Amino acid sequence: MSIRHGLLALLEPGPRYGSQLRSEFESRTGSTWPLNVGQVYTTLSRLERDGLVAQGGEDEAGHALWAITDSGRAELRSWYAQPVDRSSPARDELAIKLAMAVGAPGVDIREVIQSQRRHTVRAMQDYTRLKARALTALESGRSQERDDIAWLLVLEQLIFQTEAEARWLDHCEARLVRIAALDPGTAAPAAEHAPPPDPAAVHAPGTSHRA
Amino acid sequence: MPSPQPVLQLQQLTRVHGTGATEVHALRGVDLDVHPGELVAVMGPSGSGKSTLLTIAGGLDAPTSGRVLVEGTDITTADRRTLAALRRRSIGYVFQDYNLIPALTAAENVALPRELDGTSARKARTEAVAALEEMGLGHLADRFPDEMSGGQQQRVAIARALVGDRRLVLADEPTGALDSETGESVLGLLRTRCDAGAAGVLVTHEPRFAAWADRVVFLRDGAVVDQTVRSAADSLLTGQGLGPGRGRGQAVER
Repeated sequence: MSIRHGLLALLEPGPRYGSQLRSEFESRTGSTWPLNVGQVYTTLSRLERDGLVAQGGEDEAGHALWAITDSGRAELRSWYAQPVDRSSPARDELAIKLAMAVGAPGVDIREVIQSQRRHTVRAMQDYTRLKARALTALESGRSQERDDIAWLLVLEQLIFQTEAEARWLDHCEARLVRIAALDPGTAAPAAEHAPPPDPAAVHAPGTSHRA
Repeated sequence: MPSPQPVLQLQQLTRVHGTGATEVHALRGVDLDVHPGELVAVMGPSGSGKSTLLTIAGGLDAPTSGRVLVEGTDITTADRRTLAALRRRSIGYVFQDYNLIPALTAAENVALPRELDGTSARKARTEAVAALEEMGLGHLADRFPDEMSGGQQQRVAIARALVGDRRLVLADEPTGALDSETGESVLGLLRTRCDAGAAGVLVTHEPRFAAWADRVVFLRDGAVVDQTVRSAADSLLTGQGLGPGRGRGQAVER
């Protein structure tokens, strides 16, 4: 996650001090990715080293202020202009766990899938509840604040992500049942609990070569 | 939140289709209580028994064994007249394809179950218009189904399902034919009606729509294998939870 660019974006409208940046970052993202002040200062000093921000003066309360430089603005423009790289995926613990669970002795992969599904759907329920509240607030006109709109977008991203995971888990389970039905000799542990295979699935083109 | 008297109780419900070699166990001993104010989503792969559960809960099909109590009355042993009255007065259905009657306006569609139940046409119409207005659909009252979008028709269908004192709404893939934005507004309406005191059972294969429920029940091979309950939203907004307000006002602390 790019704290660097997040801080540059928050500095663009004008100078800020460290804990103010932390607080604004969390407001905008609903504290989804909490920052500690230490991370903010570490990041600021790296940005300063790279010439993207500069320290400049103090406010009335004596807080040291940071300001974005011209190269900082250029960096920020290019961040907005470039897509976020998805071609080198981050490690995904769940994908690794399921990969390890395939054929692992004493592991019921269906149980691994179900316990994850329960957890994931529950997280979706929680996000959806928060989203319903956020929507009610926005639609009632009580709030049109930029932070509330930003928070709604972040929440919806969490919902779409968990949805994708829940769908993938459903797919994994169905996939394992089909594979087990094709070749009982190397069946995944799911096989013994599996419902009778769907005959259409077993003879589907593209899977029959596995038999 | 659960009150002492559930609106719907399924007790050890089984349903077997066919006999002998072709016997299929669609439901194998399902227990489920749904309380006023509660929306329960039932999820599971196709063939897991979701739709069978819903049709039996609504008295459209009979279980092989077990009991179905709607507001305390066992509909599996009720006589036809009692069952018909319960279906008209206590239970509302929402189907994937809306099932509005094309020759009737939105208000007439919503009024229909009340008229069938013996309410005068004028009173039924007044109730129907009030129900539509309460759901923000008053502007649709005089439109025919083919003059409404799919999402509007489905919202009218929800109004029809809950008009009068009916407190149980059974929805079978109500968002199936809708795009995701419209599907969401339909779920939002169902959620609101349940928050207002109705009990809802939603069958869906869409996790994003199931997530609107208070409880998600996972069905597999005709049995409940798992379920999930959401957290109280208030606990999400405090403590470790998320929320837009969390970061605000903390700048002064150092």
